[in-house]
Amino acid sequence: MSEQNNDLTAIQKAHMKAAFFATKPTRGTVFLRTFIPWQIWRFLRINLKMMTIIARSHRPR
Amino acid sequence: MARVVVLGAGVAGHTAAAFLRKWLGRRDEVVVVSPKPEYNWIPSNIWVGVGLLKRNQVVFPLAPVYRRAGIDFRQAKAVALCPEGATGLAKPHVEIEYTSDGKAGQRDKITYDFLINATGPKLNFQATPGMGPEHNSLSVCTASHAEEASAAFLEKVERMKRGERQRFVVGTGHGTCTCEGAAFEYVVNLEFELRSRGVRDKAEVIYLTNEYELGDFGMDGMHIRSGGYITPSKIFHESLFAERDIGYIKRAHVKQVDPGTAQIETLDGEQREVKFDMAMLLPPFSGVGLKAYDAGGGDITERIFAPSGFMKVDADYTKKPYEAWRAGDWPRTYQSPAYPNLFAAGIAFAPPHPISRPRTTAGGQVISPAPPRTGMPSAMIGKAVAGSITDMLRGAGSPTRTASMAEMGAACVASAGANPFTGTAAALTVFPIIPDYEKYPEFGRDINYTFGEIGLAGHWIKISLHHLFLYKARMRPGWAMIPE
Repeated sequence: MSEQNNDLTAIQKAHMKAAFFATKPTRGTVFLRTFIPWQIWRFLRINLKMMTIIARSHRPR
Repeated sequence: MARVVVLGAGVAGHTAAAFLRKWLGRRDEVVVVSPKPEYNWIPSNIWVGVGLLKRNQVVFPLAPVYRRAGIDFRQAKAVALCPEGATGLAKPHVEIEYTSDGKAGQRDKITYDFLINATGPKLNFQATPGMGPEHNSLSVCTASHAEEASAAFLEKVERMKRGERQRFVVGTGHGTCTCEGAAFEYVVNLEFELRSRGVRDKAEVIYLTNEYELGDFGMDGMHIRSGGYITPSKIFHESLFAERDIGYIKRAHVKQVDPGTAQIETLDGEQREVKFDMAMLLPPFSGVGLKAYDAGGGDITERIFAPSGFMKVDADYTKKPYEAWRAGDWPRTYQSPAYPNLFAAGIAFAPPHPISRPRTTAGGQVISPAPPRTGMPSAMIGKAVAGSITDMLRGAGSPTRTASMAEMGAACVASAGANPFTGTAAALTVFPIIPDYEKYPEFGRDINYTFGEIGLAGHWIKISLHHLFLYKARMRPGWAMIPE
């Protein structure tokens, strides 16, 4: 990997700069992403939303 | 008695064949021609590619399923289409070449009353010298490719466990690629697996894409209502990469792949080398190269197929600038304008134009994504075409069913880490797939039906879809009740 070091640094630097300006989730948001009771609710809600889209797409025209 | 021939047994072709068999009379024949003996649930190849699933968990043999369903299966590739018949065989027919053991290389002609071209794409690795599993990069486009990617990935993990640093480059291998969603899924799954296996600190992960902005996905991006704002998908995509420390190079065309190095150029004209220890680069797609001949043996390929090799259907192919593109340019019935008994479904139809704004370098290299045609629209198109053919065989004078990508939405679940308790996936919906700025002037899509969310629930949905769609594809009892 020694020959990669210069290139690696350039990409990492560019990425670090971009990452600084990116939106980051709060700890609460990250926690909720895998918090089972909340995710069970989201599972039902997202399925309902998806079924609505599917039903609308299947509507005869 | 009528015969309908379906070329291809991917999502579109298999769906069309299954519904034709369900809707047509028992005396009518449904023939499927596919060069591969297996059905592959392609969305789950991502998990094969990081060693989480085995090949046999995403494929199954087609012959027993078709035998049970009463569908005539020919393991063969189509080589020539004669929609007017030919000397010695007056009926429209397709010439095929068998690929199965024992019959490989033998040719045959199958006559048809209707034909559906659902051949899918040719994986055009040749577009970039040195790209592809036979050369210097990997792919997850087929189950076998994904298996090879998995072996390479696991070998790199072992190296990292021994203390070596490794660089992974994942993305699109040409400026005109599509399927950025698959590259996105693979890179976030790979990153998740590196963390799960305790070697993330030894890895640099880079996403290389032809998208102008992250989150474009070949659909000109999308806008999602979130936190009191209407936010472009770019924001969510950049956020996920920042959170997971995934570097990215956007607006990039890969010119050549050498062992351990990708030569790239970007839209602003910059030329550079990107070193890698493992690269998974998706190829651009083209048509499979099917030739067509008229009754006198004259080559009519250009009349039926676009220069890309995809089949021309009822779309508006007039060349016009991005600003003049309309949702109504997109096809509705997928019937060939040249021959009314010829249809295309899924990736095999020629899109009238891209969805994302086209961009080229000063040197003329196109660097913008081609339009995606994912599982849900492909299946819906296959079903609509099957319905139209069924009705036309019963006397309808023209196609009766439509499935315009400008009038349908798509639900997409992009895995971002596969674990039943700690995994996540981005659940996305868009409506319609093709932005319609006449109907939705501000964002081109209905914001009430376009949403995105990342979480464990998305992963559960992804797992459910994997089992549900494999069940459906196996044509088990009640399969037709599972929506596309």
